Amino acid sequence: MDEVIRVQNLSFAYKQDYEVLKNISLVFDKKSTAIIGQNGAGKTTFVKLLKGLLKPTSGEIYIKGYNTKEVSTAFLSKYIGLVFQNPNDQIFKNTVLEEVMFGPLNILKDKKQAQENAIKALEMVGLQDKMHIHPYDLGLSDRKLVSIASIVSMDPDIIILDEPTIAQDHKGNTIIKNVIKELKEKGKLVITITHDMDFVAEIFERTIVLNEGIILLDGNTREVFSQQEILKKAYLELPHVAQLAKKLGIKQTLLTEQELINFLKHNKLNN
Amino acid sequence: MVNLVVEHLKYRYPLGNELALEDISFEVKKGEFIGIIGENGSGKSTLCQAIVGLVPNFYKGAYGGKVLVKEIEVAQSDVSEISSYVGIVFQNPFTQITGSKLTVYEEVAFGLENLGIPREEMIKRIEESLKLLRLFEYRHFNPFELSGGQMQRLAIASVIAMKPDILVLDEPTSQLDPQGSEEVFQAIQDLAKNGMTIIIAEHKIEKIASYADKIILLHKGKLVDFDTPEKIFSREDIEEYGIVPPVYTRICKSLNVKNEAGFYPVTLEQVYYELVKVYG
Repeated sequence: MDEVIRVQNLSFAYKQDYEVLKNISLVFDKKSTAIIGQNGAGKTTFVKLLKGLLKPTSGEIYIKGYNTKEVSTAFLSKYIGLVFQNPNDQIFKNTVLEEVMFGPLNILKDKKQAQENAIKALEMVGLQDKMHIHPYDLGLSDRKLVSIASIVSMDPDIIILDEPTIAQDHKGNTIIKNVIKELKEKGKLVITITHDMDFVAEIFERTIVLNEGIILLDGNTREVFSQQEILKKAYLELPHVAQLAKKLGIKQTLLTEQELINFLKHNKLNN
Repeated sequence: MVNLVVEHLKYRYPLGNELALEDISFEVKKGEFIGIIGENGSGKSTLCQAIVGLVPNFYKGAYGGKVLVKEIEVAQSDVSEISSYVGIVFQNPFTQITGSKLTVYEEVAFGLENLGIPREEMIKRIEESLKLLRLFEYRHFNPFELSGGQMQRLAIASVIAMKPDILVLDEPTSQLDPQGSEEVFQAIQDLAKNGMTIIIAEHKIEKIASYADKIILLHKGKLVDFDTPEKIFSREDIEEYGIVPPVYTRICKSLNVKNEAGFYPVTLEQVYYELVKVYG
């Protein structure tokens, strides 16, 4: 297994005596991974720790072997990129192109290469025609795509997306799904926080359920969605297809439309 | 009783080349739950802003037609004047938080103070809406200490506390976990049952399918259709407008399963009922 991130006995508290994350240990390889859980479960805090923006209260995090406590966040940014939940927290330049060039320019120190990376990233999210627009003249959904492109352009091995599908319509969702698939094909580790269970079922190989600062479930996505009782405890829903399959009394965990359609074509319901 | 009338509404943003809204007309009755759907750029947010009068009173630009809230023409009135009749929850909760209040409790009080609500009534409403949105235990927190989802619930709570006749919500559950968004939809449905008119722009198509009485389908600033979820999602051309019907409807389309009225089912209960009839 290609170990990309190792988390060892990680605990974190913003305020003394109020632990947001409690003794978490796990390893990430290159499998695309979804992190799900209720609001306030500690998902965003967890990825900020991976990125080195926060440092563990106790325990260690190794990003490609580097302990986040021992190296600077600037150093880590070559290896790990985080797209914030709110794009407004991230965007500060006057044009989309400058915004997306900012990261690679700082890492590569080569303007031509930085611009090339930026344009490629903008093409990936379908914003190549909006390069010279002020980011704040774009709608929230496009601004979110700008924030994704700004991280992709830095070409880190690990890319974390914090709720990427917020404000996206069907077209935007398709773009984001394709970006994730493309990054995966390039051998990147993609970690995504999301509340969209259909998106999780369709795209991610591995799913981690965070609940009140601990890992409640961790495994391949189908296995995780078969643990209905535990998911209920974390107040999580099943993907829509799995909800329907369950209501129809189907024992298997079906995750996609096509799986359910095929099942109905070849089996009789017994209820 | 009709309490919102939109008549031949047209609007262009100050620097826009095209109309953001083009000849939109519809009527909504008291207590109706209306969903607005359409791809990004179709005019959903602009329509929301026009219902509360921010378009054209704040955003300016070229405006034609009328929006009447309880027979008051919003373009002719002050935003503050109509704010007791109609409230809006913005798309991005970070925009809604005033930034001038130090606690969640005071944040919810802000709108009420501006409406001049008596103190006792204010306390009652603040506590009710904080409890409704599961924020009561965070009442002493600074709003900026909240998580994204909690902040979004706070934005909703502060508008609900003002008890507008018409509540407009622009993607109010985008940052909420599944249970949180279900709770918000249920809370809004209860408000509708008690007579509040709900207008909600939303991408969560399954939620709109199960909660909305009627749906406004927008495309490039035009109103394509205004009808029940079954009829809207059964349209053969729906995907041309950038809308993918609920997963349950898609499954039924693939299997060619329709209900007695000849439409595809749109909710979990409906699809279950139809599938059991065919495959049970």
